[in-house]
Amino acid sequence: MSSQTQELETLATSDYKFGWVTDIEQESAPPGLNEDIIRFISEKKNEPDWLLEWRLKAYRHWLTMTDPLKRKKSEQWAMVTYPDIDYQSIVYYSAPKQAGDGPASLDEVDPELLATYEKLGIPLEEQKMLAGVAVDAVFDSVSVATTFKETLAEAGVIFCSFSEAVQDHPDLVRQYLGSVVPHTDNYFAALNSAVFSDGSFCYIPKGVRCPMELSTYFRINAANTGQFERTLVIAEEGAYVSYLEGCTAPMRDENQLHAAVVELVALDNAQIKYSTVQNWYPGDIDGKGGIYNFVTKRGACRGANSKISWTQVETGSAITWKYPSCILQGDNSVGEFYSVAVTSLKQQADTGTKMIHIGKNTRSTIISKGISALLGQNTYRGAVQVLKGAHNARNFTQCDSMLIGDQCGAHTFPYIDVRNPSAHVEHEATTSKIGEDQIFYCNQRGISTEDAVSMIVNGFCKEVLAELPMEFAVEAQKLLGISLEGSVG
Amino acid sequence: MLEIRNLHAGVEGAEILHGINLTVNAGEIHAIMGPNGSGKSTLAQVLAGHEAYSVTEGEVIYEGQDLIDMDPDERAAQGVFLAFQYPVEIPGVNSAYFLRTALNALRTARDEEEVDAIDFLTLIRDKLKLVEMDEKFLKRSVNEGFSGGEKKRHEILQMAVLEPRLSILDETDSGLDIDALRVVANGVNTLHSADKAAIVVTHYQRLLNNIVPDFVHVMLDGRIVQSGDKTLALELEEKGYDWIKEEHATHSV
Repeated sequence: MSSQTQELETLATSDYKFGWVTDIEQESAPPGLNEDIIRFISEKKNEPDWLLEWRLKAYRHWLTMTDPLKRKKSEQWAMVTYPDIDYQSIVYYSAPKQAGDGPASLDEVDPELLATYEKLGIPLEEQKMLAGVAVDAVFDSVSVATTFKETLAEAGVIFCSFSEAVQDHPDLVRQYLGSVVPHTDNYFAALNSAVFSDGSFCYIPKGVRCPMELSTYFRINAANTGQFERTLVIAEEGAYVSYLEGCTAPMRDENQLHAAVVELVALDNAQIKYSTVQNWYPGDIDGKGGIYNFVTKRGACRGANSKISWTQVETGSAITWKYPSCILQGDNSVGEFYSVAVTSLKQQADTGTKMIHIGKNTRSTIISKGISALLGQNTYRGAVQVLKGAHNARNFTQCDSMLIGDQCGAHTFPYIDVRNPSAHVEHEATTSKIGEDQIFYCNQRGISTEDAVSMIVNGFCKEVLAELPMEFAVEAQKLLGISLEGSVG
Repeated sequence: MLEIRNLHAGVEGAEILHGINLTVNAGEIHAIMGPNGSGKSTLAQVLAGHEAYSVTEGEVIYEGQDLIDMDPDERAAQGVFLAFQYPVEIPGVNSAYFLRTALNALRTARDEEEVDAIDFLTLIRDKLKLVEMDEKFLKRSVNEGFSGGEKKRHEILQMAVLEPRLSILDETDSGLDIDALRVVANGVNTLHSADKAAIVVTHYQRLLNNIVPDFVHVMLDGRIVQSGDKTLALELEEKGYDWIKEEHATHSV
């Protein structure tokens, strides 16, 4: 390795600010996956029988599926490569040890955990928090705290951990769980359905505009552990909610699997805005370590005039494989996907969306910005399907790629399938390179190269960042700068 | 202020400047003229520190310091400014944000306090008047979709905001109509003072009707072959560059 590469590596990895480990006593399942482990998880969570059966059904289905890596070459469509995952060496359940049933209030949460979130910039004491943002904090396999629950309850909003929802609102969970992403959907969704441990649950009743931003902060801490969370957001008729999620993990030499499922349901006139800032540990420049982020996210616009909007800023993970999608079933429903994906170091991302137009006058917008630096490989993969009954469906797709340096890659795979002649589908794509001339111009005005890259990249991503809630937009801008530090010069 | 001694520089091993000597004192305006390909723009880029050009011999001393050793952003912090011949577009970054970032970068490098958004707005409104630009420019992405004249006025706007000590104007007059030329020249003249200096690189004499130089130098094949006062520019206008080429050719033989 040349000294320059070494320098870049040090620079790039030293900038991952969340790579530390919380020293806390954990209770874990033994590694490996079998029906007993699933029963163990279900029992830990004191789940009703129907849910255990649901998990086992998913597990049995998973056993019949083929690992995407072991499929025939022609069926391996994702542009990612990684060594075999040994599913028997993963720990599927790990939780901070605690007495009794878990904390009833924040006062009972282990101070070590509160300190962890404070250090991550997410103080859980309500008086210290950003006004107007409620947080569910998920640590490895469990939710450790949810803030502002009472305030939200006054508005009729349910915001709690998934485990609590199973206990307190079993009918809602049973009605919607797996209704958007069935356990048969794909390999990782099936795995998640079998072993999911926690996540967030949001329910916005009819006509309610959720009075605060809801957010979940995911932290993987334990070694050799996978995180399999499940998020379910339901917006009843005329409801509105804006939901945010953030994620980080310690720097570890081995890869860790994160296979989540997110399901959104919007009924008539409801709106869900779902934003993600993903900053899992990306691994180093040799591709050692980092999170495999294999996530299934899908929203169903079931009602007329409903709207689901996905915004994602993906800067972390060794491999990102995710396609937040919208099923536009209700007439006049709207789906949006705004994405920034950064691959630096040896990161790989294969990400995009699916917009499935079923109802009449359905509209979708896709804005994707891919940025590749160092040895990063960035793929946009998006599908626009217009089914027979989707009269006057509209789609606009814009897909821009930016390259920094000459050893990275950008790839675009748009799939368009139109079965109704009244549809309008537009696709635009560009690829640009951060020019030395742009950087020199900034330098000549006194702006350092790193600040120049950050500024140019933020300008490139402007349309997407504008979709993020304010506090998140500022964080995301900083994160983009940090993720690309050391990639130029 | 600036002392260039026997400067040799080029790109990818091909030497373009074959020994430039030039002294610029505070308060002076120097015009550098010459036909296409004589190395004028290369000199401007080398002074600003473009990494595509390497200096192979000679030295450039600016305010007692070796300029060649400095990164481009350090040079900017020391007060060296280049008005680009072809200003670069930066999509999605609005002009106000760009200018404030640049100003604050310079101020930070000089241990001065940063200017906040409100003070900056007051400051820039004044400067906009100087270049007769509308405030709506500030909201547009840097140079994106600007006309030729707008780009050049935008360069002078930046010069007005950043207040450099040594300004290098690289063919700022090219592609300008007569009104834009007047605005640009007026900006440069207004910003000039006894403790500042400017090097005006131009192909034509017409800019020098509006910006009156103290010295005029003629470049040919990477060397300064003739220097004089403003009358030299008039002579060039009248007779073209051929007579200098011939004279120089005779000299070299």
